[in-house]
Amino acid sequence: MANNILVVAETRGGDVRKVALEVVTAARALADGLGGDVHAIVFGAIGIGSVAPKLGAVGADAVLVVEHDGFATYNAEAVAATVASQITSGGYRAALFGASAMGQDLAPRIGAKLRVGVAADVVAVTVDGGDIVVRHPMNTNKVIATMVLSATPALVSVRPGSVSVGNAPKAGVVQSVAPAMDPAAGRVKVTGVSMGGGAKLDLAEAPVIVSGGRGLKAAENFSLVEALAAAFGNAAVGATRAVTDDGWRPHSDQIGQTGRQVSPDLYVAVGISGAIQHIAGMRNSKTIVAINKDKDAPIFKVADYGIVGDAFEIVPVLTAAVKAAKAQQ
Amino acid sequence: MKIAVCIKRVADMGARFQIGADGTSVSDTGIKYDMSDFDEWAVEAALQLNEKHGGGEVTVISLGPDAAQETIRKALAMGADKGVHLKADKMPFDGFAIAEALAAELKSGAYDLILFGRIAVDSAAGVTGTMVAELLGLPCVTAVSKLDVNGTNGTAERQVEGGVETLAFPLPAVCTIDQGLVVQARYPSLKGIMAAKKKPLESKPAQLGAISVTVRKMELPPERSAGRIVGEGAAAVPELIRLLQTEAKVL
Repeated sequence: MANNILVVAETRGGDVRKVALEVVTAARALADGLGGDVHAIVFGAIGIGSVAPKLGAVGADAVLVVEHDGFATYNAEAVAATVASQITSGGYRAALFGASAMGQDLAPRIGAKLRVGVAADVVAVTVDGGDIVVRHPMNTNKVIATMVLSATPALVSVRPGSVSVGNAPKAGVVQSVAPAMDPAAGRVKVTGVSMGGGAKLDLAEAPVIVSGGRGLKAAENFSLVEALAAAFGNAAVGATRAVTDDGWRPHSDQIGQTGRQVSPDLYVAVGISGAIQHIAGMRNSKTIVAINKDKDAPIFKVADYGIVGDAFEIVPVLTAAVKAAKAQQ
Repeated sequence: MKIAVCIKRVADMGARFQIGADGTSVSDTGIKYDMSDFDEWAVEAALQLNEKHGGGEVTVISLGPDAAQETIRKALAMGADKGVHLKADKMPFDGFAIAEALAAELKSGAYDLILFGRIAVDSAAGVTGTMVAELLGLPCVTAVSKLDVNGTNGTAERQVEGGVETLAFPLPAVCTIDQGLVVQARYPSLKGIMAAKKKPLESKPAQLGAISVTVRKMELPPERSAGRIVGEGAAAVPELIRLLQTEAKVL
């Protein structure tokens, strides 16, 4: 029991998010190293317990279900109180979170309640001689720190996309847990949630990202980037800071030092010169393609494959070719 | 309103970093330092709130070595009223240790609002502000991209993956500031720089909390191997498709 790992498995709209499956996968490896079990705790409206098999399939021995209509959206104070209480009563060795908007908000609340540090936004978590050891990219991904967590519980948030979802089926035994705090009693109230575009893939979860920069010359020309993303079918659209500052795209689409840090399988940079601040956010992509009219643009230094030329000419041809390639699959 | 802003002195991220001789730090040889971007936006947000509501006081607090006073002076030159330096020669990597020191300083300040940047761009953890809120027992909204407060209540927007949450909260409260709230923090004017020299800046030892997260090793990530130009213009598309299918295997 003292070697069990608790995962806060993020849900949205009644389903688990991909990051939740990634974190359970990471926790499974950790628990196997320590000789413990993985417990995944899920919060949601009545009925959220139906996600338990998905968490069991990737390695959760038990799924702790906290069902309440006050958890239909993220309720920071009541979730933090309940998770802290579960960690204390369950005597967990570690608790893992996704380093998503929710996990980044939640983990430090728990840290302060339990008076321990948090290793945030890690890309690897392992056991080394009984210690929990993590790797955390810092200084805009230009330095990687290996850090040791000496406290119990060790609190860790795992960067979305840094772990491939595994296949280690466990029982996923459902157990109901009561909220440690009335969800209606929080001081901070969520008064609205607006999800742009509904089913659109998030930058953190998309296997392919197509990004545009100033080279697109005007907001309406992002339709080129959107068409290419649509051709891939599994792509999200990103942007540079210059573009979001000009209001061509929402700030939430910005990739870079002060925006999102992404690591998709494929990153296509269209009309992006490759300012150091932008590269900081995408240099960990597995394959990078750049399309730019300036052959000396710094983006070509990090791109695996570059095409020099006019994006307005090249992108429609690439979109058609990607569509054709997808149609053959 | 009485607003406190916690700021951090960080390395200029444009630098080519080297690992220090001890293997557990980033070398500061040739490195320039400045205020973390998100913290600049938090200072700007505090100044704008008080300008909008007519009056109030902005206190900036920074934990770090003596050089952190330069960062405090910059915030004072932007228009903040006074500074507090919590002296710690070595910055711990455990945000909880830092949060304890900041909370100890903030708790008697009777602030209406306490602002942080969402993350420090160097350590990139984003835990300290939220921990301070929890230690002080205050409501907290993180990653705020829109903020309005009156004397007793506030509303904020925060970016979540693929959407925006709108929140309402009572003051006093803690907010961590994300991009989008202010487009560009103001530059200190010459007049501001002169005035900052006369503004109060108190320095005292930081009362750091327990440290449970420590660095064992730091390293530079492997360089990306040099890529290649596939060709020019739309004629290069078929070869790019072939490479994405057969070499990169991502299509």
